[in-house]
Amino acid sequence: MSKLSIQGISKRFDGTRGEVWALKDVSLEIHKGEFLVIVGPSGCGKSTLLNIVAGLEKPTEGTVLADNKKVKKPGPDRSVVFQDGALFPWLSVQKNVEFGLRRIGLAPKERTERAAHYLGMVQLTQFKDNYIHELSGGMRQRVAIARALAVEPQVLLMDEPFSALDAMTWESLCEDLQQIWQRINTTIMFVTHNVREAICLGDRVIVLSARPGRIHAEFNIEIPRPRHIDDGDVARLAQQISRAIKGEHGHHPEELLYG
Amino acid sequence: MDKSWVRRIIFVVGLLLLWQLIAMSGLWNKTLFPGPLQVIQRLSAMVSDGSIFIATLVSLKRVLLGYGMALAVGIPLGILMARRDWLEQTLGMIVSGLQALPSICWLPLALLWFGLNDTAILFVVVMGSMVSIIVAVTDGVKNIPPTYVRAARTMGTWRLPLYTEVLLPASLPSILIGAKLGWGYAWRALMSGELLFVSLGLGHTLMMGRELADMSQVIAVMLIIMAIGLTADRAVFGTIENRFRQRWGLAKT
Ligand SMILES: Nc1ncnc2c1ncn2[C@@H]1O[C@H](COP(=O)(O)OP(=O)(O)O)[C@@H](O)[C@H]1O
Ligand SMILES: [Mg+2]
Repeated sequence: MSKLSIQGISKRFDGTRGEVWALKDVSLEIHKGEFLVIVGPSGCGKSTLLNIVAGLEKPTEGTVLADNKKVKKPGPDRSVVFQDGALFPWLSVQKNVEFGLRRIGLAPKERTERAAHYLGMVQLTQFKDNYIHELSGGMRQRVAIARALAVEPQVLLMDEPFSALDAMTWESLCEDLQQIWQRINTTIMFVTHNVREAICLGDRVIVLSARPGRIHAEFNIEIPRPRHIDDGDVARLAQQISRAIKGEHGHHPEELLYG
Repeated sequence: MDKSWVRRIIFVVGLLLLWQLIAMSGLWNKTLFPGPLQVIQRLSAMVSDGSIFIATLVSLKRVLLGYGMALAVGIPLGILMARRDWLEQTLGMIVSGLQALPSICWLPLALLWFGLNDTAILFVVVMGSMVSIIVAVTDGVKNIPPTYVRAARTMGTWRLPLYTEVLLPASLPSILIGAKLGWGYAWRALMSGELLFVSLGLGHTLMMGRELADMSQVIAVMLIIMAIGLTADRAVFGTIENRFRQRWGLAKT
């Protein structure tokens, strides 16, 4: 019952300084309803992998199957929350969330209702008429989450969505995202460079090593939810995992924690 | 009223006084150096016989027509050029070349093609402003953050909707810059054209002043031309620009 099947993905970039293998033979199954987190130092190919799954980039080798269909281009069945939100400054919060809904065939009234529903879920109902620049960084990421959820994707892809937030906003978004995920029971593929965030959020954490990006280790996280970023269990496991990675690889744990 | 306006008014009044004094001093011939009072007299004469309104309307009609055509062609072409490499490599080359050509240089060609009429002058106005609109819009669309397009694609937006719902609104601030530049070029092109060949319009009225050796009329028309240019720049573009800046949360200039 794989929702996503990543099969032997490699990606080569032909940059100005010669070729770079961003990913090398990455295979991975993501199950329906699973919260999968991919963690690794910056530059290890996390965004590349996520973009390939999204259909925004083509793999050099390998295939991605989403619901057993080969991924050829981006589509609303795999919506993305980008690191900077990528919200549209010319639209109100409400209209941003409605953006993808016409394309999936909803009538105007349904669009308004659907957007209102997801704005409620991220607790931004009272800001629906504001413009993006009037919101804080945390609120913007909430809008981005609502916009990506509103198209009701099969898989929600998230590329370091919390990495530009202050500590307090980060904490509360980590909690809220878990709650939302439990409530709507969707499948999430989440990418981060922060081990603690990975453990706080994921059912399963995949560690990616750099240059070229390969799967380095995999951990099932059995800490009961809701988890908090400051939980002792989360911190302890984060330390163990970082140490394990460091021991096997000679990396300093900070490199993983702060990429 | 804030201080800057007090300064402005004192400056203008002082300037007018100085001008009037020099004119009255008899240093120069009165017909060649009329004072502000004479200019105002001439202006009010042109207002009461309606000739200045006709000239203004004729010029405005021409510039709006030409400018509208330049916008209608320049904006879509500018957006397309930013999105299609082959267009930029071909048409882009010509556009950069034309940028170096002052629009009035089109006049001889326009006269031969269209004759001594409004079409010729319209052509000069369109050529003058379209090029700057295309260049500004192309630059603007190229600077749209790529994540906007990526985000739109992940929500199933392709082809025409991608242009109308993402690229066009995202590039509105730069389209506005292009439109403003284009307006300046259109207005200048029209005035040069009207000065150079006989027809109605402000430029022509200006030239008539010269032929009649009526310096007051020359100065009066120059003031009108400045006033129209300024009004468009401040009142029209300024207002639109401020609205944008508020909506997009850009800093006020
Ligand atoms: N468009 C590109 N052209 C050339 N190299 C790229 C491109 N995109 C990414 N890379 C390289 O691929 C590697 C992985 O990048 P990325 O997936 O962005 O890493 P991460 O998201 O983990 O920080 C990096 O070494 C980066 O320099
Ligand atoms: Mg990245």
